[in-house]
Amino acid sequence: MNRMSEENLVQLQDIWVRYNGAPVLENINLLIKKGDFLGIIGPNGGGKTTLLKVILGLVHPDRGTVSVMGESPVKGRRHIGYVSQYNLFDRSFPINIWDTVLMGRYGNTGLFKRYDAQDRLAVEQALKTVGMLDQRFHQLGQLSGGEQQRVFIARALVTDPQLLLLDEPTASVDSAMQTEFYEILDHLKQTMAIVLVSHDISAVSIYVDKIACLNRQLYYHGSKEITSEILEATYKCPVQMIAHGNVPHRVLKEH
Amino acid sequence: MFEALQFEFMRNAVVAGLLAAVACGVVGVYVTVKKIVFVSDGIAHFSFGGVGLGYLLGINPIWAAMAFTLASAIGMGFIIRRTKLPEDTVIGVLLAMGMALGIIFVGLSPGYAPDLFSYLFGNILTVPLSDLILMLVLDGIILTAVIALYKEFLTLCFDEEFGAITGVPVEKLYFLLLCIIALTVVVMIRVVGIILVIALLTIPATLARQFTHNLRTMMLLATAFGAIFTFGGLWLSYVLDLASGATIILLSGIVLLGSFGFSKLRSKARQSAAINE
Repeated sequence: MNRMSEENLVQLQDIWVRYNGAPVLENINLLIKKGDFLGIIGPNGGGKTTLLKVILGLVHPDRGTVSVMGESPVKGRRHIGYVSQYNLFDRSFPINIWDTVLMGRYGNTGLFKRYDAQDRLAVEQALKTVGMLDQRFHQLGQLSGGEQQRVFIARALVTDPQLLLLDEPTASVDSAMQTEFYEILDHLKQTMAIVLVSHDISAVSIYVDKIACLNRQLYYHGSKEITSEILEATYKCPVQMIAHGNVPHRVLKEH
Repeated sequence: MFEALQFEFMRNAVVAGLLAAVACGVVGVYVTVKKIVFVSDGIAHFSFGGVGLGYLLGINPIWAAMAFTLASAIGMGFIIRRTKLPEDTVIGVLLAMGMALGIIFVGLSPGYAPDLFSYLFGNILTVPLSDLILMLVLDGIILTAVIALYKEFLTLCFDEEFGAITGVPVEKLYFLLLCIIALTVVVMIRVVGIILVIALLTIPATLARQFTHNLRTMMLLATAFGAIFTFGGLWLSYVLDLASGATIILLSGIVLLGSFGFSKLRSKARQSAAINE
């Protein structure tokens, strides 16, 4: 294996996914490399979650090939940390933060075995990284949305991932906490690649290095810097989106 | 109550109550937090087909019921996981078919079906020693599985998708959980009956959840509540000369509703106290 392919964490080639005949993803080609911090934006129902699930081997594409760390997604996904959409959890589930994060260590222990001191150390470090160590015995349901999101990031981190996938990570985080949230990601990107998807353009902030746009098809605007020109280019995707802040509100034209 | 313990059937009833409390306390926690109450009820009702077959073949209906609960657990699990049929529809159809099979089998059996009613609504006072031994063995199997796979079941109940990614065999565990529920149903049939099993699978666990957010503590509490309800109901049915299974369920249900009312009143009192400050 040469150096180039070692740097490729995820490679999607010509991916097509249909649900009940209707295409959800069409001809997706994507390369995620070491050190990437990619933001994927697109409307709800544009296939963002499906794309992540294809990478994770939870959805099998009708066509195309997926390679994760040079393996099949089902094998390679142990190197991926995943934070799913916030609203998929039962908030009142009887579990505390510590046990939630410990769950992420399953891949390092295995069937029938107990979590050991090494697992506990990993959990402690991950909780420190996201600043939730002091609340480790609190019930998950008692936390705010932003705090819960940090716990789920910690749970993804204890798997020692090379790639972190985040699905709508800021949906439950109030705007005051978003900066803090991105600072955590900014710190993490030194040690792993990060891909975050969102329907909200403001969620894909200055911290992201590259932007892609997804509405069944993927429009990749790879760049190291996000300039206003690139934002313009992103907006020309066939995506109807209402932007926030200093970007004018408008419905955008097709490519 | 204590003078009643001199009778063998009373001693058997107490042992049966304890064995049922353990099974329903531990497994009921999974049933409620994983929100598979209706599947569990489907498995329970389907077992009536087995009871009927037991009468028809002249074997102990509880054994045939166990075969039916296990078969329905695997069957329902398979349909729910592998097909796109709506889960609640599948359960509703299979539940009714199991009951219908039972009625047909009983109708085909020669003569009169003695204590058929006790399988439907339970009779803790008529549990024979052979069934007690079966209940003890099933409790042992259930506890062994839950202790050995505690962390796996926790992940299964909380977040299957994440579990699958980290390598937890979620589908196999789901089937295993349904089979454990099937065995739990068998343990409880003699105590509260097929129709009422679901109450003991849900009420003690739901009550326990109000006091803790730790699954292990919840199991211990639910077991304790299950035992209190069973013995309290047994005592009440003895004193008032009522059907034991139904009394146990009504007592549990009233306590649960009462606790909901109490916690509502308490939170209201707290709110008004906060406003007055």
